[in-house]
Parts: sequence; C-alpha cells; structure tokens
Amino acid sequence: MPSPDKTANLNWTLLFLCWLLVSVSATISIFFSSVLEYQPCVLCWYQRIFLFPLIFIFAAGLFPAFDKSVIKYALPLTIAGGLTALYHTLLYAGIIPENIQPCSQGVSCTEKYFELFGFVSIPMLSFFAFSTLVALLIILKRRTSQ
Amino acid sequence: MKYALVGITGLVLVLAFVFGSQYYKEQQAEKYGFMAAENAELFVREHSQTLGSEDAKVYLVEFMDPACETCAAFAPFIKQIMAANPGKIKLVIRYAPFHEGADNFVKILEAARMQGKYWETLDVMFQTQNVWASHHNYQPARLWDILPRAGVDIEQIRKDMHDPAIAKIIEQDMADVKALNVQKTPGYFVNGKPLQTFGYRQLHALIQAELNAQYPN
Repeated sequence: MPSPDKTANLNWTLLFLCWLLVSVSATISIFFSSVLEYQPCVLCWYQRIFLFPLIFIFAAGLFPAFDKSVIKYALPLTIAGGLTALYHTLLYAGIIPENIQPCSQGVSCTEKYFELFGFVSIPMLSFFAFSTLVALLIILKRRTSQ
Repeated sequence: MKYALVGITGLVLVLAFVFGSQYYKEQQAEKYGFMAAENAELFVREHSQTLGSEDAKVYLVEFMDPACETCAAFAPFIKQIMAANPGKIKLVIRYAPFHEGADNFVKILEAARMQGKYWETLDVMFQTQNVWASHHNYQPARLWDILPRAGVDIEQIRKDMHDPAIAKIIEQDMADVKALNVQKTPGYFVNGKPLQTFGYRQLHALIQAELNAQYPN
C-alpha cells in the first residue's frame, strides 16, 4: 500500500497532465485558426466549446491541492468533446457520408488543411486528445473512489 | 511549487505561441517576397483593372468583392493615401467574391468597365452598398435601380455581364486567391508583401514602408 502522501501526489500529477494536454491542445487550436488562418468548421467549434473550459476547470482542481470533484465536472465535457471528435473523424475519413453532415454553409468539415505524417488529421488529433483525457479521468476516478 | 509549475507551463505555451506566430509570419513574408519576384502575374494579371500612374513603384494589390462591407469602408481611405502620394502608388483591383452570389456583382462591375465606367460604377456600388447588400443580404433589384447614377447603360450591362470573358477573369482571380492564400476580403499586398495584421493603421504603415523604400528622400 503506497503512502497517502504519494497517492495524493500521483493524483495531482495525473490531473496536471490533463491540464497540460488541454492547454497544449487549445494553444494549437488557436494557432491553427488565428495564425495559420485555418477556418474552424462547425464541428470544430463544438469541440472547442468542450475543450476550452477544461483549462480552467482542471486548473481549479489543482489548487490549493488535488480536488477529486474535478472529475465529476470535467468528465461530461470530455465525453461530449470525444463523441463530437469521433463523429468528425469518421466524417472526415468518409466513413459517414458527407451529405448528411450538418455544416453545409461556411467551411466544410471535410476540408483538408493539414495532415501530420500524411494521415493524422486535425479531427483525429482532437479525438486523440479527448480520449486520452477520458482515460486519465477514469483512472483518477478509480483511484479516488477506492 | 505547484503554482510555479502551472504558471511556468502556461508561460511556456504563451511564448511558444508568440514565437511560433512570429516565425510563421516571417516565413510567409519571405515566401510572398519570392512569389512576387518570381511570379509577378500572380499579383497583377493583364486583365486587372488598375488606378494610378504607370510609373508608380508601389503596387497596392487589393483582393476585393464589391459586396464586401470592409472593402467599401477601405475605399475612401485608399483614395486618401493615393492622393497624398501622387504618382507613387498604383492600385490593382483583384476579385475575391467568396460569398455565394457575390460574383454577380463582379460581373456587373466588369460589364460597366466595357462602357468605360469602371471606377464610377465601383464608387456608386460602394456608396450604396448598405441598400443592396446589407450584411450580405443581396438585393440585386435595388442595385439595378441605383446603377444609372454611374452613367451606365443598364440594358447593355445586363447583356455584357454574361460574357464568358468576364467569367474567365473571375476564375483566374479565384485561382490566384488560392495560390496567395487570401482568406478574407479585402486582402492587401503591397509590392508582394501581405498585410499581416489587418487594420487601417497597419495598411498605412505597410504602404509607407514601401514608399520609403522605393522613394528615398
């Protein structure tokens, strides 16, 4: 059995990783839209809506010490963001046909802006970030409910 | 310790963002400079309407749309700058009708050009834009009522605007829009240098810098 001190420290570190991940994601997202001028499509906006508040929610949960209630508040946002990102990734990959997509006006949600290593798209990065967050939060939930 | 870690990480991200955008802008400026040197017709096509002296050394290329509000707002400002530097600036009009249906107004404008009334028509379009294109709610019927003010033959315009040559001009301009990565209107280039941050003051500074470079003293 690890000492309570060590457990608390690890919890804090895991939550810090969550915060780091959302902060990096948000910075990249803003860099794409404001500097590289990639126009965010409707689905991107929904994902951003779920992503941006997490920076503050996680930060609030880190201080003055790890607060486990942060899990309860952050999980719904990350799951909603993850589902939107999954839908977007499938749409982008052509697995869901484009004609049923909700964003006919403005930028198309399947517009190709950037693909890392030739296949990692922006929606895929978003899905990766959100699913990692969900996994980290579930780990934290298990650890704190013991 | 915890506060410091989060604070420093946040600072690192902000700095990465700032330096990243600085780096990107420098790269872009270099790229456009290269494009302007190697491929000048990307900026000025033979069909492009220009205003100002043939000897002018400062080329102000504007990607615009007659129905764009900001383009209309910038028009008097550009006139002012050109009047303040007579013979030194040449304005080049390029089209970027991004909105659905906006190309029709470009066609009207180009048809007016066939009657030698290009600038008069553009002036009238800009001045009355809130009547016929308020917030991109296009009301072409209203424009037809207003257009005679520019001294153009409306019936002739209705015929000429469907000239395939005009469609070709728009097509070429839109291809250049893509090549130069113009995302919004108005999009400005001064001697191939893009306006990096948008605004009257910034555009003025960019033009002034190029004037100083081309016309020392």
